[in-house]
Amino acid sequence: MLDVRGLRKVYGGEGGRSVEALRDLTFTLQEGELACLVGPSGCGKTTLLKCVSGLLAPTAGEVRLAGEPVHEPPEGMAMVFQEYGRSLFPWMTNAQNVELPLKERNVPKEERRLLVAETLASVGLEDVSSAYPWQLSGGMQQRVAIARAVAYQPKVLLMDEPFAAVDAQTRADLEDLLRGLWQRLGVTILFVTHDIDEAVYLGGRVIVLTNAPTVVQDDVAVDLPDERDQVSTRALPLFTELRSRIYEEIQRAKSGDGRVYSP
Amino acid sequence: MTRMLSLLRQVFVVLALPVVLLAVWWVTSAGSENFYLPPLSEILTTFGEVWFSGRIVSDVLPSLLRLAAGYTLAALVGVGLGIAVGSSKALRETVEPVLEFGRAIPPPVLVPVLMLIAGHGNSMKILVILSGCIWPILLNTVEGVRAVDEVLVDTGRTFRMRARSRLHHLVLPAASPQIFAGLRQALSLGIILMVISEMFAASSGLGFTIVQFQRGFAIPEMWSGIILLGIIGFGLSLLFRLVESRALRWYEGIRLAERGGSPSKT
Repeated sequence: MLDVRGLRKVYGGEGGRSVEALRDLTFTLQEGELACLVGPSGCGKTTLLKCVSGLLAPTAGEVRLAGEPVHEPPEGMAMVFQEYGRSLFPWMTNAQNVELPLKERNVPKEERRLLVAETLASVGLEDVSSAYPWQLSGGMQQRVAIARAVAYQPKVLLMDEPFAAVDAQTRADLEDLLRGLWQRLGVTILFVTHDIDEAVYLGGRVIVLTNAPTVVQDDVAVDLPDERDQVSTRALPLFTELRSRIYEEIQRAKSGDGRVYSP
Repeated sequence: MTRMLSLLRQVFVVLALPVVLLAVWWVTSAGSENFYLPPLSEILTTFGEVWFSGRIVSDVLPSLLRLAAGYTLAALVGVGLGIAVGSSKALRETVEPVLEFGRAIPPPVLVPVLMLIAGHGNSMKILVILSGCIWPILLNTVEGVRAVDEVLVDTGRTFRMRARSRLHHLVLPAASPQIFAGLRQALSLGIILMVISEMFAASSGLGFTIVQFQRGFAIPEMWSGIILLGIIGFGLSLLFRLVESRALRWYEGIRLAERGGSPSKT
């Protein structure tokens, strides 16, 4: 579904100073997969996501969505940003925010109305559809952003540390909400986070990145049961084991002596 | 009931000082023998005679129409150019020094020049108002468009917003607080330029009439014109604030929410 091949990004500084953010990244997401990307902070996760989404042109390599090369943001892709407050349109109500991308796609009015109502209900926000985003708490705003992305009916949903700016309780709720939506809709999700626990809890697979210049350090399958629970799943021995393994990988990635994973 | 009271209180606060000042003017000028500073009572009696006997149509209306024409043109051209310049870095770097220079020229200096080019008629006055009002609108729009949040722009791109709806639903609303700041500055400038352009060469208008009165030593009439100008300026700025607060309700809401107030109250 989503193919990333030999992705490289060098930010060209004028006067010869250039910064290599991504060196060589290759991975593939199968249809319906929920994969988490973790890495040490400053490892170019946001750069990677911008290249994958077509917002930023890579220096080398390519991204393919359902076989089609990505040069600009493609139709079948939606993105949820960390900065929910800056990604929702404050001059529009929550319902209008969810509806806007559907209008751009020329979805008929009646269908739009249904989709907006349905997706806002699916994130538990049917009551605030006529309120403005800034009248809601941070967690609720991020729910609106998720509803907007879901209503767009993408093939691939990219999420850039979406829960990093909300409090712990809200975060756990949002994680469960996301897993529920994913199981119901079968959408392919690439979820970027710096939180190892979150990556293991959410993902069917965790891709570990190295420090910049970034390569894939490891690709870990998460064989936890599909039905997950904030308390019992996190208490499973396998959960602890995966968490320790990824933690060690990241420590090694930071110190720079990690082996380089090749698929 | 409490709302009613707080409204009354607000009205009182707003009106208290003007009423006191008028009272002081009234009392101190009563029985004034100074030719140039006639009693307020006399000015007010003259006010009705001077302005409600046809001058509203022959002088006030032409002035306001010139202001409306010049101001509207400045808004259209300023916002239009501002969006173009604000959206393109290359264009911005090329024209910015020129814009700063243009802004630095005091607009009244252009009156003699524009008189040579456009004559003494309405078009000269409209051009004067346009050439002064355009700068704050243009420069504020450029700044507003330039500063549109990057995340918002990326959001628009990932959802493949088309150019037209990006302008309508993203760039213009995002820049609107800045655009309104420019429009507000331009409004007071516009009133000043309206009067000045009529003082130079005109056969009608508020500025023209006030100068006529002054030259004819019709001092109470002159004062009544100045008071009328003050009332017009005040009324226009009130009207502007009304429009602004409607258009920027979301912006006020955010600011209230950030200060921890309850935005849902408005």
